[in-house]
Parts: sequence; C-alpha cells; structure tokens
Amino acid sequence: MAIFVDETTKVIYQGLTGSQGSYYGRLNREYGTQVVAGTHPTKAGTDVDGVPIFASVAEAKEATGATASCIFIPAPGVQGAILEAAEAGIEFIVAITEGVPAHDEANFYNRLVNDFPNTRLLGPNCPGIISPGRCNIGITAGHIAKEGGPVGIVSRSGTLTYQALYELKQKDIGVTTCVGIGGDPVPGTSFIDCLKAFEADPETKAVMMIGEIGGSAEEEAAEFIKNHMTKPVSSYIAGVTAPPGKKMGHAGAIVSGGKGTAAAKMEALADAGVRVGQNPTEAGDLMAEIVAGLASSSPGVPG
Amino acid sequence: MDLFEHQGKEFFAQFGMPVSPGEAVFSVDEAVAAAERLGTPVMVKAQVHTGGRGKAGGVKFAADIDAVREHASNILGLDIRGHIVNRLWIEKASDIAEEYYASFTLDRSAKKHLGMLSKEGGVEIETVAEENPDAIAKIWVDPTVGLDEATTRAWVAAANLPEAAVEGTVDILQKLYVAYTDGDCDLVEINPLILTPQGNVHVLDAKVTLDGNSTFRHPDYEQYDETQPRDEREAAAHAKGLQYVGLEGSVGVIANGAGLAMSTVDVVNQVGGKPANFLDIGGGANADVMAGALEVINNDPAVKSILINIFGGITRGEEVANGILEAMRRVKIDAPIVIRLDGTNADEGRAILAPNINEMLQMEDTMLDAARRAVELAG
Repeated sequence: MAIFVDETTKVIYQGLTGSQGSYYGRLNREYGTQVVAGTHPTKAGTDVDGVPIFASVAEAKEATGATASCIFIPAPGVQGAILEAAEAGIEFIVAITEGVPAHDEANFYNRLVNDFPNTRLLGPNCPGIISPGRCNIGITAGHIAKEGGPVGIVSRSGTLTYQALYELKQKDIGVTTCVGIGGDPVPGTSFIDCLKAFEADPETKAVMMIGEIGGSAEEEAAEFIKNHMTKPVSSYIAGVTAPPGKKMGHAGAIVSGGKGTAAAKMEALADAGVRVGQNPTEAGDLMAEIVAGLASSSPGVPG
Repeated sequence: MDLFEHQGKEFFAQFGMPVSPGEAVFSVDEAVAAAERLGTPVMVKAQVHTGGRGKAGGVKFAADIDAVREHASNILGLDIRGHIVNRLWIEKASDIAEEYYASFTLDRSAKKHLGMLSKEGGVEIETVAEENPDAIAKIWVDPTVGLDEATTRAWVAAANLPEAAVEGTVDILQKLYVAYTDGDCDLVEINPLILTPQGNVHVLDAKVTLDGNSTFRHPDYEQYDETQPRDEREAAAHAKGLQYVGLEGSVGVIANGAGLAMSTVDVVNQVGGKPANFLDIGGGANADVMAGALEVINNDPAVKSILINIFGGITRGEEVANGILEAMRRVKIDAPIVIRLDGTNADEGRAILAPNINEMLQMEDTMLDAARRAVELAG
C-alpha cells in the first residue's frame, strides 16, 4: 500500500496544454501514472500526446472516472482551478504552481474545509507526490526513488525532498510514498495529515520528515508524533543559521519575532522521540539505522 | 513587501481611515518647508523598515520651525537597528487621550485571519502579550465568511474600550479588514490607534506588509517594490530575478531550490565557515541563470570562495555542468569554485567538468565535503 495515490489513481491535468503541464504530464505518464485527461476551456476535443482535452474538470471526470487532478495553471488561475476540481467531485488535488497569494490560499483552504470535506488538496507550491513504482504526480524525477518501502517521506521543501529520496536510494532503502507539502504559508495538506496516513499504512514502517524555518507546523507535528505515532521518525530542519526577518526563498520560510526557529523545531521533535539530523545526510544515516533496526527485529520486512 | 509608515497611511486613507495630514521629505530644508505648509506643531518621524524608532530617537515632537530644523537634522542619517534614515515623515501633531492597538494577520496554524485589539497601545504588542495577555482581544475570521459589524462590535466590547471610543473603533476595524483583504496584506497594524480629547478615534501609526505574490492583482504595488531596503548585492540579484539574501561571511553559496540553499548555508556554518549569502537559482540551472548568479556572487568583495550545490531532479547533470562552464566563459570569476553535483545524470555531468578541473574549479562528491573544501579555500 501507499498513501493518497497508487497505480489505480486516474489523474486529470488542469493545464496539460501549457508548456509545464505538457512536459511533466508526459514524464508522469512515462513513469506509469494514469494520465487520463487534460482540461482547457477552449481546446476541448483536441489531445496532448494522445491524452484527450475536455472543456472542464466535470466533463473530464464524467468521461474518465478520474479521482485526482494536478494543477499546472499560472498563479492567478489557481483558486478557480482548485474550486472547479472540488466542485466536480475530485478527491485529491495536487497544485504545483508557485506564487499563489496567501489570501487565496486561506480562502480556498477554508472553502474546501467548509464545503468539500472529502477533497484533499496538496500544495500549492509543492513538487507533488510519488508512490515509487506506482504513481508520480508532479515534478519529482521518478528514477531517484526506490520503490517498495518501508519508509514514508513528508517534506516542506522540493529539492530537499529529492535529496532525501536520493540518499535513501543510495542506501538501497525503498519508499512507500513521498509527499511534498510545499513551502507556502497555508499548505492544503499538513505534516500531521501525512503522519496520520503513514501511521495507518501497514507497508510504511518508518517516516522521514523534512521541515524548515517559519511557522509552527513542525512543532505541531512533534506534538502529534509524541501522542499518536508508534512508528519511528527521523527528521531534518533546514535554516538553522537563517537570519531573523529574511524570507529564505519560500514565502513561509521566515523567522519572525524569535518564532519559527530551527532550534525550537529540532528541540520539539527530539523531545517527541524523533531522531533529528544536523544535515540531510545525517538524517538519511539516521533513517538507515532505523531501517536496519526494523529488519533485525522483524525479519522479512523489505529494505 | 514592507511599507514605510507614510506609505501605509496613504494606503489606509484609500480605504477611508482617518489619518493625519503630512508630507514625506528627504532633507532638512524640505522638512522645514513641509512644516510651514502644515503649520506647527508637527511630529518629525524617521521612515525605516524597523520598529523601536521612538526609543532610538527617531520620533520627535516639534513645537516650532526651529525645533523641526533641529530634529530633522538629528534624525536624518541616524542608524536605527542597522537601518540608516534618509526619509522623514512630517505630520501634523495630534492630541492624545488614550492609545490602543489593532491588527490583522494570517494565523498559519488556524488557517484563518487573526484580528488583535488591545486598549494597551503605544507599546510593543509582544510585550503586552507576555506581561498582560488578557489585555488582547483576539478574533479569528474565516475568509469565506468575512467580518460583519455585529461581530466587530462584540470584539470591541471584549477589548473593554471606553464608550467614547467604540463607534470610531468599530468603523476603523471594519475598514482595516477591507484594506487587509482587498489589499492582499500579510500584516496591517495600527499602533497606536488613538482617542483624542475631542472624542475622535484616529490612526497615528501604520505598519503594512504586502504579499509579494499578489502583485498581478495590484500593478500599483510596483512603487513599493522600489523602496524596499536592499543592500547593493541584494539589489543586483533582485534585478536578475534571483532569490538572494545577503549574509556576513566569505563563502558564496549557489544552490537550486530554497530548501537546499538553506541547507547549504547551514552546512557551511556547521563545518566552521561563514556563508556570504543565500542564493536559490530555482529548479532549472541553465547557463543564463548560472552566469547571473556567479556575477552577483563575484561582485561581492567579501567572497573568498564559491560553493555551488546542485541536486539534479528533472534538470540533468550534463545540463548543469554545461551551464557552469558556459557561465565561467561569460563571467571572469575571482574566487575559486567548489562544485557538488548530484542526482539525475550526475556522472555524465561530472565527466563534462572533469577536464576543466583546476585550482579555480574543484569538485567534491558530497555536500559536506564540498562545504569543507570551500571553507578551507576561504581561509
């Protein structure tokens, strides 16, 4: 099993006709993802590499039975695209686009909570999700991940997610699902949402969590891990030496008023029993130790 | 994007909030001329993107023109928490009976807008929150619902403002919420919001932070982008569209992705070095972007070595390697470069770089080793 998406997931690409959408749509399809449709308001009836284009998500869903969508639409259109997908009954929406205004994010987050409680949004400003060997939705290079488990990954940062997948692959450790939740102030899916799903997934035996400075999502995750997780967790927090008041690339990565520091997050995680690395390599080494421990205590577990 | 106080007041005035008349000036003579037009007494206020102006001597009352001249000449050039004052706001002075605090910001945990109102204004809200948290009335607003008048009244009642201030405060808070949402603000703050002896509620200070991602809806925000405080290096990087933050050290850092760039800065520190900057060149690492990044780093005289840390995801290693070589042909680099290249087609990329390796271009296999080498070269 994997979390959120697997080989049966059918995906509609909103923005498949654009340059980014067509490029990553093709790569995802080559990976094995069921890319069943694209949408464009005026290009219905055409196709992109043989994938049919529909005028709306509702029509695409009706024709294909898709349950997920992936959004490659420019920032001004993201709010409309997310609500269109939710209204059409899409259950899992992945928004890759960066640069979406924070007020839009707060608005569609609450619209989904209030009116579409069964729809999960991942992103915006995220690399997407990959269940290695089964399904890859977004911009992660599929071959840097080893399939099979036993590790689940959840991360706020794109390139550090790749780094984590790669470190584990070098050590011959497989991944059930890797979720990039994105670095924006209001992510649709939180660390806790993913931790909960990994805890419930029998195939996932351990979780690697990659955070960064800003906000209090890591502290909240630590609280959850302390009280609800039975599976071991390793972690790394980027931005230990970031100066206060400066946004470090991501809209959400800023230390303000002494809050959101890496030190506070690492302390909260360590206090919850998480094994915290000082850099991505060390976090990978810690996960290798955890996995080795799993293998010796329960023979037959892959990895 | 942070606004100066006077820009914030002009912004608030567009939404119908009562602010005092004033003028932004850049010299003592302009300050005097503005005070003569406004009529004394006036306040002479430093315009910088930081708090603590009053304590630093950056806000002064001037009863007459001589006082305006004196205060303006003292405040211009003043260093307030590392910000040099080169702009003043000359404002008609107000009589103050009481000082309050009001703000809206996004609560990232609750994922709703957070309004804060306190009758203890004029001091830093962090201090009030610490010493007397009950003095802050908080309200969480669902953005899909908004803030109606009845809710605003209940909120003002919870803050225990005196009867004389209630109507004016309710009116200003409703306008402040509209300014906050329509204006796509990360933060709007009035501290102090004052009650005058005549019974008027009035905006005496304005702190506004705009969401840089919202400029497609607000083309006029370009004027504020031009007044953001940036050092020379940051201004040059900004002009090239690069995500750059200037730091104090001697190891120039280039990485792809915000997380990896932050992580690279961390690792340089961990191995005993000091990074000169944070620079994220984004997911792609083509020659143009790499050349621009190297140019910005190269122009920083403090840089003694350059660490390039690239993880190829979708971007392939050979593209990255060719990008670096092409960039080095275009820009004459003064400091030695250490490259760590990993991920997709890293071997092919390294093979391209291999014949070009010399004292000025070195390669290491891991992020940690590359950081160690760069720190060593920086001396």
